[in-house]
Amino acid sequence: MAATPESVGKLRALGWAVVVEAGCGLESGFPDALYAEAGAEIGDPWSSPVVLKVRPPTGDEVARLSEGALLISLLQPERNPELLPALTARKVSALALERVPRITRAQKMDVLSSMANLAGYRAVIEAAAAYAGNFGAQVTAAGTVPPTRVLVIGAGVAGLAAIAASRALGAEVRAFDTRAAAREQVESLGATFLEVKIEESGEGGGGYAKLMSPEFIAAEMALFRAQAAECRIAITTALVPGAKAPILLPQDVVEAFKPGSVIVDMAAEQGGNCVLTQAGATVEHRGVKVLGITDLLSRMAPTASKFFATNLAHLVAELGKADGWTLDLDNDVVRPALVVHKGEVLPPPPRSEPSPAAKPAPHPPASTAKPAIVHPTSPPASPWGTNLVGLLAILGLFAIGRFAPGEFLQHFTVFILSCFIGWQVVWAVTPALHTPLMSVTNAISGIIVVGGMLQIAADPGLGTVLGAVAVLVASINIAGGFLVTERMLGMFHREGAPAPRGH
Amino acid sequence: MSGGEAGVYTTAYLLSGVLFIRSLGGLSRQDTARRGNRFGIAGMVLAILTTLSVWASNKGVPPLGLGVMIGAIGIGASVGAVLARRVEMTGMPELVAMLHSFVGVAAVMVGISSYVAPTEHIKPGMELLIHLLEISVGVGVGAVTFTGSVVAWGKLRGTFSGRPLLLPGRHLLNLGLALAMAACIVPFAQADGSAGLPWLLAITAMAGVLGAHLVLAIGGADMPVVVSLLNSYSGWAAAAAGFVLGNDLLIVTGALVGSSGAILSIIMCRAMNRSILNVVFGGFGTESGATSAAPVEGEVVAMEAAEVAAAVAGAKEVVIVPGYGMAVARAQASVWELTRTLRERGIKVRFAIHPVAGRLPGHMNVLLAEAGVPYDLVLEMEDINPDMDRTDVVLVLGANDIVNPGALTDASSPIYGMPVIEVWKAKLVVVSKRGMAAGYAGVENPLFYLDNTRMLFGDARKSVDAVIQALKAG
Repeated sequence: MAATPESVGKLRALGWAVVVEAGCGLESGFPDALYAEAGAEIGDPWSSPVVLKVRPPTGDEVARLSEGALLISLLQPERNPELLPALTARKVSALALERVPRITRAQKMDVLSSMANLAGYRAVIEAAAAYAGNFGAQVTAAGTVPPTRVLVIGAGVAGLAAIAASRALGAEVRAFDTRAAAREQVESLGATFLEVKIEESGEGGGGYAKLMSPEFIAAEMALFRAQAAECRIAITTALVPGAKAPILLPQDVVEAFKPGSVIVDMAAEQGGNCVLTQAGATVEHRGVKVLGITDLLSRMAPTASKFFATNLAHLVAELGKADGWTLDLDNDVVRPALVVHKGEVLPPPPRSEPSPAAKPAPHPPASTAKPAIVHPTSPPASPWGTNLVGLLAILGLFAIGRFAPGEFLQHFTVFILSCFIGWQVVWAVTPALHTPLMSVTNAISGIIVVGGMLQIAADPGLGTVLGAVAVLVASINIAGGFLVTERMLGMFHREGAPAPRGH
Repeated sequence: MSGGEAGVYTTAYLLSGVLFIRSLGGLSRQDTARRGNRFGIAGMVLAILTTLSVWASNKGVPPLGLGVMIGAIGIGASVGAVLARRVEMTGMPELVAMLHSFVGVAAVMVGISSYVAPTEHIKPGMELLIHLLEISVGVGVGAVTFTGSVVAWGKLRGTFSGRPLLLPGRHLLNLGLALAMAACIVPFAQADGSAGLPWLLAITAMAGVLGAHLVLAIGGADMPVVVSLLNSYSGWAAAAAGFVLGNDLLIVTGALVGSSGAILSIIMCRAMNRSILNVVFGGFGTESGATSAAPVEGEVVAMEAAEVAAAVAGAKEVVIVPGYGMAVARAQASVWELTRTLRERGIKVRFAIHPVAGRLPGHMNVLLAEAGVPYDLVLEMEDINPDMDRTDVVLVLGANDIVNPGALTDASSPIYGMPVIEVWKAKLVVVSKRGMAAGYAGVENPLFYLDNTRMLFGDARKSVDAVIQALKAG
């Protein structure tokens, strides 16, 4: 579904009026009433200036577009050669969702990533359903079964999602990808990264793999054949943009799998990664089931619709507010996706997108930035500086000792020793109790009340008045400080200890 | 007073001092903290009773003096009790600042009073000179503490602007005030009897201006350091009063409090990777308007409360990083409710506290404790940082500078080198914030632009409540 009641709300917030085709959300669990509630009108969407759709339009549908309208959907002109001429003839503009570039900024509009993520997850669920064994290890009184090994070929968005889902079911996962950049992501999900011992990088543009040399492919086949003997589940996700999917599992490799094994071919719609795959059907060959499921997403329609519709709403937001929206040819998301502009086919822009080392993964890689922890404080104080201060302090102490009267020296001794005691004691205080520490020290610095008391004389002179004021404010400190500390400390409690008091 | 009696009083004061030391020692751990507070109360009661006995044995029991004394203690204690009961935990910084100012006032009063109405005869010569110096220092430190604390209190309440007031030539102004005070001591020390009072009052006034000016020049983000420093000053003021009166208990207690405040200041400064001098005389973050040299790349992606609920519900480990924004929104009770909701589902939830989060050392801990969060769920920065990379979701509530990755990586950032909570290592970071404003340091935060960061815009409490609603509904 190109819109959910939630995304209708988002679109309306941008100022758009939304028309939804009657009954379109039923499959995803959204009756028309929900759309109406969200503020959409149920009617004919084809006359609108902007039309959102999931699949490429048919010829009839193109004819229903009004001139100058903008169509946003998957277009796949490579597989629908008649589509672009039809769109130009109708003098419309068209944004191809599959051409939204894979740059960070466009992640939230990238339907391929969000859909591939879901499809990868679903492929594992389907494999688990078709497989008669267990995924995770089973330890029972009746014996122990080890975890099943899952082979994932192609560690793109779908492959990574399949790895994560298989791991979550408890399986042991091995994954293969021609791009070295995939290793870290595969390993971060707890799977083993398989590699072919031949020097050749498979990095294509935009995070896709390119086609490889014959030597490499031979080595790859040998690897798969060896893995087939050990793995019971295979999930293949290899796609090449705009071309037929590469054959990765020829017949002899399929036959290397033990009977009962399950292969889910996620490239079934593009011809399949397995030579036996039939799109939309399950083939059984020597006990190995090959699932050519093409409707993985429809099998989880509500979730898929939610993500798809949200991606679309973000893309529409990229065009601007409803009044005054434009197709900005300098926009780095809109331009690459815009295949038809005002009735003219636009050539693809020069590829500038980097091959991302960390592509959108189902789980963001644990850490993109691992800064070295450096503490660029001032250069370490020279030992001479510290020593000099210490020396001066000692000389100062001797000077005081030489000239000051005895009574002062006695007090001074007490003072210095107390400073050191305080220093020792307070460093031990846990940081969590720093606020209570402050309020306690507030209270005990109210000890100055003693000074005030001693100044209160028998006669009401200035000394007495000042002393009384000192006693008054110091008493506020003492009572306030101790009581508020008591209150605070009453709140601190250990897990499972009786409920805190005082509040 | 006979010699034997004096010995008893001295012993009682000594005991008080010991009780105060045990009081601070008890605060080192949560399970001994309450006992520590009670030691402090016992020490204080003992000190007051002893002083009453000393006073009565010196002067007999003059009815007027006794009435004044009991009245002052009674009124003061009642006011203090009411304050302690009424204060909101979010208002603790203001209360602490106010209490500091009281110690400052008391020190000034005791100093002036002991000058105009000396209770003992001091021999002229070196002893008198030292006594007068003690009075000047005691009154000066007291006045700085008083006005500094009043300004800090005003800043914390929002009565005064949190922005630093930077007068042109402010360092010269401070230096001039200090020199002028020193100059006033000369005629003050030479005057006979109480004739030097005007000089003493002049010193008091100048110290007051100095205290106010010092704190006015410090920005809002540095308030934890300022409050700690004033805590320290209030101790030194009490110690100085002890020298003036020749009372060892005051000296001991003042020194304890002074050290305590100094240590807190040092801890706060280390947590910001700055020196005390830089905080006190600096005017940090003011040279430029919010500039981090490194431009920030990427895009801010917002998330709805319902999506946040789904993310935390699917997590195994969640860490919550509270900041001052949580205190402002009074969201701590909601945060605890969220924590309980998640823990009921078997999700591990912990809290990470940065040393300078909030406006007071340990402020966040008190707020969380008030809401009912057990203290063993609340971890310090150093303890939680190693666990960040296996944390699924980090929820940052109203904190900014303390989770800024630029502090570790961007040498041009004003907060470069400050230790921070390394939230970006978690799989997903959700930042609850009212808007995109910079934090107190005025520094852009690249965290918000990372791929694994989502923003949850809105008031912290409303946002957390919405997440709880969504969790309970879903």
